[in-house]
Amino acid sequence: MIPELGHYALMLAFGIALIQGTMPIVGARTNDPVLMSMAVPTALAQFAFIAIAFAALAECYVVSDFSVLNVYENSNTTMPLIYRLTSIWGNHEGSMMLWVSILAFFGALVAVFGNNLPAMLKANALGVQGWIAAAFELFILTTSNPFLRIPNAPFEGRDLNPILQDPGLAFHPPMLYLGYVGFSITFSFAIAALLEGRIDAAWARWVRPWTLIAWMCLTLGIAGGSYWSYYELGWGGFWFWDPVENASLMPWLAGTALLHSAVVMEKREALKIWTILLAILAFSLSLVGTFLVRSGVLTSVHAFAVDPSRGVFILIILLIFIGGALSLYAWRAPLLKQGGLFAPISREGALVFNNLFLVTACATVFIGTLYPLALQSLTGEKISVGPPFFDLTFGPLFIPLMIAMPFGPLMGWKRGDLVGAAQRLLAAAIVAALAMAAAFAIVRGGPVLAPLGVGVAVFVMAGAVTDIAERTMILRLPPRAAVRRAIGLPRSAWGTAAAHFGIGLTLLGIIGVTAWGSERIAEVKPGGSLQIVHYRLTFDGVTHRTGPNYQDVVGHFTVHRGSELIGVMKPSRRAFPDRGMATTEAALMSRGVSQLYVSIGDPNRDGSIPVRLYFKPYVLLIWLGAVFMFCGGALSLSDRRLRVGAPRPAKAKPPKPEPPKPPKPEPTLQPAE
Amino acid sequence: MLLWIIFAVMTAAAALAVVWPLAHKPRAAAGGSDLVVYQDQLEEIERDRNAGLIGEPEAQAARVEVSRRLLAAADVHALPPPPPLWHRRVAALVAVGVLCSLPIVLYAVLGSPGIPDQPAYARLALPSDHDSIAALVGQVEQRLAQNPNDGAGWQVIAPVYMRMGRIDDAVAAFRKSLALNGETATRDSDLGEALVAAANGVVTVEAKKLFERAAALESNNAKARYFLGLADEQDGNREAAVAKWRALLQSAPANAPWAEFVRQSLARVDGQPVTGPGPSAQDVAAAANMPEAQRAQMIRAMVAKLSDQLHANGANVDGWLRLVRAYVVLGDEDKAKAAAGEAKRALAERPDDLKRIDDLVRTLGLQG
Repeated sequence: MIPELGHYALMLAFGIALIQGTMPIVGARTNDPVLMSMAVPTALAQFAFIAIAFAALAECYVVSDFSVLNVYENSNTTMPLIYRLTSIWGNHEGSMMLWVSILAFFGALVAVFGNNLPAMLKANALGVQGWIAAAFELFILTTSNPFLRIPNAPFEGRDLNPILQDPGLAFHPPMLYLGYVGFSITFSFAIAALLEGRIDAAWARWVRPWTLIAWMCLTLGIAGGSYWSYYELGWGGFWFWDPVENASLMPWLAGTALLHSAVVMEKREALKIWTILLAILAFSLSLVGTFLVRSGVLTSVHAFAVDPSRGVFILIILLIFIGGALSLYAWRAPLLKQGGLFAPISREGALVFNNLFLVTACATVFIGTLYPLALQSLTGEKISVGPPFFDLTFGPLFIPLMIAMPFGPLMGWKRGDLVGAAQRLLAAAIVAALAMAAAFAIVRGGPVLAPLGVGVAVFVMAGAVTDIAERTMILRLPPRAAVRRAIGLPRSAWGTAAAHFGIGLTLLGIIGVTAWGSERIAEVKPGGSLQIVHYRLTFDGVTHRTGPNYQDVVGHFTVHRGSELIGVMKPSRRAFPDRGMATTEAALMSRGVSQLYVSIGDPNRDGSIPVRLYFKPYVLLIWLGAVFMFCGGALSLSDRRLRVGAPRPAKAKPPKPEPPKPPKPEPTLQPAE
Repeated sequence: MLLWIIFAVMTAAAALAVVWPLAHKPRAAAGGSDLVVYQDQLEEIERDRNAGLIGEPEAQAARVEVSRRLLAAADVHALPPPPPLWHRRVAALVAVGVLCSLPIVLYAVLGSPGIPDQPAYARLALPSDHDSIAALVGQVEQRLAQNPNDGAGWQVIAPVYMRMGRIDDAVAAFRKSLALNGETATRDSDLGEALVAAANGVVTVEAKKLFERAAALESNNAKARYFLGLADEQDGNREAAVAKWRALLQSAPANAPWAEFVRQSLARVDGQPVTGPGPSAQDVAAAANMPEAQRAQMIRAMVAKLSDQLHANGANVDGWLRLVRAYVVLGDEDKAKAAAGEAKRALAERPDDLKRIDDLVRTLGLQG
């Protein structure tokens, strides 16, 4: 009965989505407040029934009800509870259920917290959410139904793909989907604005927090996926420019651009039309990502079962939503009122610069990802666009963006002072130059450009610190006053600094590990040892270990630095009999923010084993940076103040300071993003 | 029944949620207009000004700008009047109609109301009469999956697999049992028997070795001795087979349950009456009394009859298997190959049957 209840709840949710997608929008067209007010209860009911459906599916997994085909195909009674739960979305059908669950969740959030939204905007936005939900629920019911049953239930399920039997599955897909689907809210608001033909202050005020939430989750989702592939695939790569990864990077780049253009819109009512376009693009790219991953166009660990009818269905959804949205944009955008003006050298100008580079970078990734696919489907020719393409295109676009980044927050709205900003960044530049010099001096080998990269990364981080130092005037005021200013500083300013600092950290980690990482691949016999950088690993032999649904061959390595014993590393080969597959469980040892990484292959007959040994300098910074970005977003989100960019008067020179109070008027003192 | 009641309750709840606003008078347009937002922004500027976060000139400029927006926002175009009440009534009818019909139609197409829940743990804990053996097997399998080195478990489950017809699993389980529990004549001969079953009754080389080892370990192991005889028969050495089985019968305990079976086999090769599938007892009895040439003639006629039957109705895998084996026994390899080819064509749509044909072809060495 449980699976049938879930099945029916999903069908009811589909019916509700159809109503949610029509009535409020009809109400908004005819100015009928009652029909418009249907948006809220339908969105809540949508969430309630989707939640019932999802809970029913979860229950089937928890009790291993193999009369449900989806459970039989992807679960097994020997799996621990956590993997039985995560295998709900460790397959195509279940992951689409997660997708619509998150969609319904966001819709309910808008319904609950949208009291201060104009009724018409809310009705239209929730209506668009209804369309998206209806499309995906129909997709699930017709091509990817997780509630199909088997009359004579087998006694044991087929087990989950072993690569997915990992805590990473509990984290990576939900976070990523929170990000993808979060952009559906901004998309819905953008379409609502276009339907209505006007954008008002509430629009800008509303879109930014949603963008922030989506962006934060997407950041962590991508970082989580990157860390997972780093330790699970056995060769310590954190990013491969694989189409599936690019599929998540594109919405992230568009979302980052949207985040920044929404700041301009919120504070200065400028860039309205551009922001609308970015909101459409961010979600469209999320849909493209879903299509690439779910259609079977790409074969990868993400593709699960491949079924052409699904690909066609998603393609149709894609065409309707993206095509429809862009047509609507072309038709209605000219009707929108243009907002405030600004000089090229200003905070707005800096953010436009940021947007141009981010969008270009996004386009680069888009071409690099889709061109080979398009070429293959049109001519059958297979080409591979790998890291060299992206290194040559993406890198040069990101470097100027990074160098310009610290300038943005230091410039005033409307009219900025580039020279002044540069003067204030002098200290940061000096620190960066010193770091660069140190990198040249200390490190041997590696690419020539790597120390320059270190310089850029340090400049970004020092720039973020400078921003905060300038705002709190910590070097000019007595400490107590500076602390008071720091407390009074909007949390969004701290958020900006933290996120920018995080970007610098990530860059530093990427440069460190790609330029100065070392690698040994060898076969060792018991008693033999390998040397890498300062560490010596001695292979003591293998033992066998039996887990709930797998058998491990565990290699034991003792690690010495000089003569000091610093620990034992136990990489293993894990065989899963139910699927007839084996996975590599690498062993990691953190040394500060660097890591030692060992993975082993199957033992040879003579007792030796193949070993891959890596030293990954600064590798943890890559993900630590992402955590900083997430925290920056959270800080900014927690800042509930209204954000008004206070422009510096055009002519009136600021009155000469009467120190120490009131503090010297500073172009950088507005409550920032 | 309960299921349908819950469906009805769910549908009613959904309909209620959707129709709720239609039954109520709208409250005055709540919250968010531009004016509210701009007023908030003005207050915010004051707060920042008082906290010393922005200077007076900036605050003044911001105030001017926001006020300008405020004035622009106040200048909104008039909205059309709300539509008549019947609009809402139609909307309510449509909404309820959709909710009461669409999901249930979908469910009628896609749902499986008749299939009960079958959570694995409940099934393992409380086996119903219906599938209690399967449930027990499931329990043992689960234990073995956790502890694959449990020799006793493999020994218990192997004969059960054999009886359930899961021959390949039985072979694997007997093998495990043999490897983990050590070699005995019984374990050797059990594995041999499973291998023979897996090879559609042919005593393969591996099986024969196992029976030989069993017989060496325990000279009166009946199963090994029987199958060694069968191996001789399949090698075309009937006299050896007959001799082995005669000896086996002589040394058999008076009430040995397998004695009758051996006697039948003996009758098959030695011309005694048999019952069971294949040529009828009279045919065999008649054949026994015929001269050699005539007997071969009759066998050929029977094979031809079987072949005709199969050409008329090819969906009989056992018939095909018998035919192929018969040609091999008659020493006609070409015809055996041809029959195997025809069998594959006739059974092309049944992968399981095809596999049996392929297996037989492989064990008889008919490839190529």
